[in-house]
Amino acid sequence: MAKILMIYPEKCTGCLNCSEACSYTKEGRFRSAASRVHVYTWEREGISVPMMCQQCNDAPCVSVCPTGAMHRNTGELIVQYDLSKCIRCRMCVQACPFGNAVYDSVTDAIIKCDHCQGKPACAAACPVKALEYVDESVSTRTRSKAFAQKFKEAFQEVA
Amino acid sequence: MFGWTGTILRVNLTTGEIKKEPTNLKDARLFIGARGLATKILSDEIDPTIDPLGPENKLIFAPGPLSGTMAPSMGRYDVVCKGPLNGTVAASNSGGSFGPEVKFAGYDMIIFEGVSKKPVYLWVKDDQAELRDAADLWGKNVFDTTDLIRAATEEEAKIACIGPAGEKKVLFASVMNEMHRAAGRSGVGAVMGSKNLKAVAVKGSGVLEVARPEDFEKAVMTARKMIENHPVGGAGLRLYGTEVLVNILNGVGALPTRNYHESYFATADKTGGETLSAKYLIRPKGCFSCVISCGRVTKVTNPKFAGEGEGPEYETGWGFGADSGVDNMDAIIKANYLCNELGLDTITCAATIACAMDLYECGYITAKETGGMAIRFGDGETMVKLVEMIGNREGIGDQLAEGSYRFAEKFGHPEFSMSVKKQEMPAYDPRAVQGIGLQYATSNRGGCHVRGYTISPEVLGVPSKFDQHTTEGKPNLVITFQNLTAALDSTGACLFTTFGIGADELAALLSSVTGVPYSTDDFMKAGDRIWNLERLFNLKAGLAGKDDTLPQRLFEEPVPAGPSKGEISHLDQMLPEYYSLRGWTEEGVPTAEKLSELSLS
Repeated sequence: MAKILMIYPEKCTGCLNCSEACSYTKEGRFRSAASRVHVYTWEREGISVPMMCQQCNDAPCVSVCPTGAMHRNTGELIVQYDLSKCIRCRMCVQACPFGNAVYDSVTDAIIKCDHCQGKPACAAACPVKALEYVDESVSTRTRSKAFAQKFKEAFQEVA
Repeated sequence: MFGWTGTILRVNLTTGEIKKEPTNLKDARLFIGARGLATKILSDEIDPTIDPLGPENKLIFAPGPLSGTMAPSMGRYDVVCKGPLNGTVAASNSGGSFGPEVKFAGYDMIIFEGVSKKPVYLWVKDDQAELRDAADLWGKNVFDTTDLIRAATEEEAKIACIGPAGEKKVLFASVMNEMHRAAGRSGVGAVMGSKNLKAVAVKGSGVLEVARPEDFEKAVMTARKMIENHPVGGAGLRLYGTEVLVNILNGVGALPTRNYHESYFATADKTGGETLSAKYLIRPKGCFSCVISCGRVTKVTNPKFAGEGEGPEYETGWGFGADSGVDNMDAIIKANYLCNELGLDTITCAATIACAMDLYECGYITAKETGGMAIRFGDGETMVKLVEMIGNREGIGDQLAEGSYRFAEKFGHPEFSMSVKKQEMPAYDPRAVQGIGLQYATSNRGGCHVRGYTISPEVLGVPSKFDQHTTEGKPNLVITFQNLTAALDSTGACLFTTFGIGADELAALLSSVTGVPYSTDDFMKAGDRIWNLERLFNLKAGLAGKDDTLPQRLFEEPVPAGPSKGEISHLDQMLPEYYSLRGWTEEGVPTAEKLSELSLS
């Protein structure tokens, strides 16, 4: 079954362990721009939200890529990036509605999450499970059940 | 270069000159970084007798060699200078991401010297650094300053700044970074204000590499596991924050209450971490690379004290709680928010207000001196009002802004100041916990718990249990904790990592990151070296062995009630042994042999 990276912003503490782990896994060093996950923090409100490639089914980055560098292999969930085919036109950067494909001048490449090919370092490094690598169906079920729980409590109160 | 970036940024505020210079790597090995290395530079460059608020003082922002790496909970930095509250060497550390950002910009530290003619802030973007006009920012609180500077520089810049309290040189003004994180103690914010430096804004896009990746990965995994498996480091602090200590310390009769008249607060639970989590906590927060997440994002809805922000920590909850006789959590949290916005150290601020309450209740200050205010224990509303008055130096707040010692002395009763070397003691009663009293008395910055947190063994039983009421073995325990903490602080690590790991793991991390082989002994010796260096600074600044003491109240007034009823501090039974074990003379001066052994002569 396909696995996805679920983001739980309500649990995120803004510690950046995910981004550190990502950069270290990809480059063997710490460089924030090398991280495929980016954590936005609103300091006043104390809210942090990790962002990364959503591996869209109808991926705009794949649609606009003129060379097939950004592609999806049949039957796979991950949008793959093939550096050897990339001409750095940055069409994918412009097309991504989330801003999750980024051109990196240091490596002269597009930077985008690839789930570490099945072993995402960010989720392993997250100390509070704000990022979890889970089966597609399980992930959404957990979230919908959390809401169901609220309904249940509301019903119990009026009953 | 590994661990250290090899470059220091030096900013002369008088001339406006900004230059880069190489880090002295020989000193870096000996003093590690952050607190240790910055203190070494301060000691070399300033005369310890100078006026802390004069142009000769320097102000250093220094992360450590582990800051910026994935070493767990180790992204801290220190603000180092001569402190204006009590003239000792000041090294106040803070979390968040500011320290790592300085490293990613390429610097081991930023040194400020001189005084700017007009308000400025420093904007550092990698190798570019410039002083910018801060006239429009002067007078703004910490939150607004942070937002305005980010809007003027970069959205993701990290900002360390002062609020109105630092500008007005409140002697316990803090430096705040990312709004809620404080380099709180000793008045480092007043030094920043005296230099007309409103803020330091940093954005770094550089690279940090580790010397021995395989060892590093192993050391990170080991340290993380040990912290995460620890009941305090792994679960307790995230669930309840440091405020969990309120009920624990009250339970052993060591929660100083009403300016240390008592050591047990009957309604303490209303101010504890369990109450905080149940009623106010929105979510836990973590600093850079943190696996502990003790930070508290909280909200108060009571219209009288409404607000949102971070905190309180235990010390804050105690100071504005038990020590002020206040059990209204709404008021306690509001006082904390105001300290963050104005840029005030919560410990000294709260303890100074508690001292004023004490003086008022005893009739040593009256409505005449307070401008008509009744300052009584338990009055949360007045307490909150006083925090604002202190931060803005309004009315009686102008005198309270000098700290409890000067305030109480002014009214003829310095013995009402619960301070050591004029810095207020925090939230553990030395009558009820003997070792912490020795720690307060000998701490290189006066009343302070985080220079040698013997509460760990004496109350929490970490790593092993010592009887809180006895003095046997305490001098050695205090020295071990002081040396360990001095080295730990200098790496950039958070003290709370010791709820899980110790010198072995820290030495392994430091070795793998820097490539310099530190054995556990090397690491502890570096701590000893840093401790003695700080001691030498203070002795040259005019302090002496006679200052290694506690307020008379702790020797003369036994704890009146609660689990520690009848106890007093037995400092005199511990201090001579402490000096001797330290390799100091009977007057508390490091001997020539000791200094030579530590490469300090």
